[in-house]
Amino acid sequence: MSSEENSNIKVIPADKAKIMHIWKVAGILAVLTAIEFVIAFTVPAGDFRTSVFIIMTIVKAYYIVGEFMHLKHEAKTLIWSILIPTIFIVWFVIALIYEGGAIFEARGW
Amino acid sequence: MATATTAMNQQENVWDGGQSPLKASYGKLMMWFFLLSDAFSFSALLITYGMIRYSHAAYAGTAEAFSFSTEYWPIPEKVFEAVPFLHGISLPLVFVGIMTFILIMSSVTMVLAVEAGHRMDKAAVEKWMLWTLIGGITFLGCQAWEWSHFIHGTDMALLSDVVVNGKWVENFEVFGANLRFNQYGPPDFAALFFFITGFHGTHVLSGVVLNFIVYYNTFTGVYEKRGHYEMVEKVGLYWHFVDLVWVFVFTFFYLV
Repeated sequence: MSSEENSNIKVIPADKAKIMHIWKVAGILAVLTAIEFVIAFTVPAGDFRTSVFIIMTIVKAYYIVGEFMHLKHEAKTLIWSILIPTIFIVWFVIALIYEGGAIFEARGW
Repeated sequence: MATATTAMNQQENVWDGGQSPLKASYGKLMMWFFLLSDAFSFSALLITYGMIRYSHAAYAGTAEAFSFSTEYWPIPEKVFEAVPFLHGISLPLVFVGIMTFILIMSSVTMVLAVEAGHRMDKAAVEKWMLWTLIGGITFLGCQAWEWSHFIHGTDMALLSDVVVNGKWVENFEVFGANLRFNQYGPPDFAALFFFITGFHGTHVLSGVVLNFIVYYNTFTGVYEKRGHYEMVEKVGLYWHFVDLVWVFVFTFFYLV
């Protein structure tokens, strides 16, 4: 049975458009990283630069999770069951950054 | 097609079996939920970094005038400016940029391996898995060098008042970093560096091991016999996640 299946394996030829799309996403990721580098040395450090970095990181995360991990093309329920719990991370960031500032104040440095 | 018609005729529930809820296989679904929990682990580490950083004084001057001190948090581009074989030349963030590029590339070759698996193209899966392995191992090598440099430090020591073997020593020469003190800034800075990049590096290491098992099984024809290359997809999800985490570590540890 299994040997019969073995001999029947057909290799489907590659879809050029699909391969091109993968390299396009790779190009976007590489270009975004390159732009981050330029910003790191041209824009002075501050809230503005930090915000730009965070936005660019989220855009990169969108391409990695959506395209490379294929989440964008999964069932809607699966997409939301992965995305919604990350709301807790957002809350956690805000709470603990605020807490860090409070510790700094309390130490009185 | 035949199964779909039967399912419709009998008004079956999605959870009655015979089909995949959420249109994803059991293995892939569980990998997604594991990765979600792992995302929480990494978030906890990076948020701890943010909290501890905010509880220390920030460096106020210009980047040119920066010098290491335990009084304030260091700016990363002054800590990570060494590149192998280019001793003494200041190349801020260049090496970590190369590492980022290597990891993104190995993620791309992984997607190509998954794509080849969908087409039952054994030779192409082998080829792309091998590239992914090379990328992962190169990244680990780079990280080993980065750690070694971070531990040994730069040519110039930092003079700091520290406790050595239970005694208070003034103007102690600190080279490099360990878990007690470091020349780059507050002790927490080095501790977080070791913990965050170490935890990520452990993930890369286990990813390389998983990738090797997949490569080996592809090579020996296990997946071809099985009739599908889903294992490549599942391990691929993990590998992309490792890349995703690095994107965040890169931003929050090295850029901000």
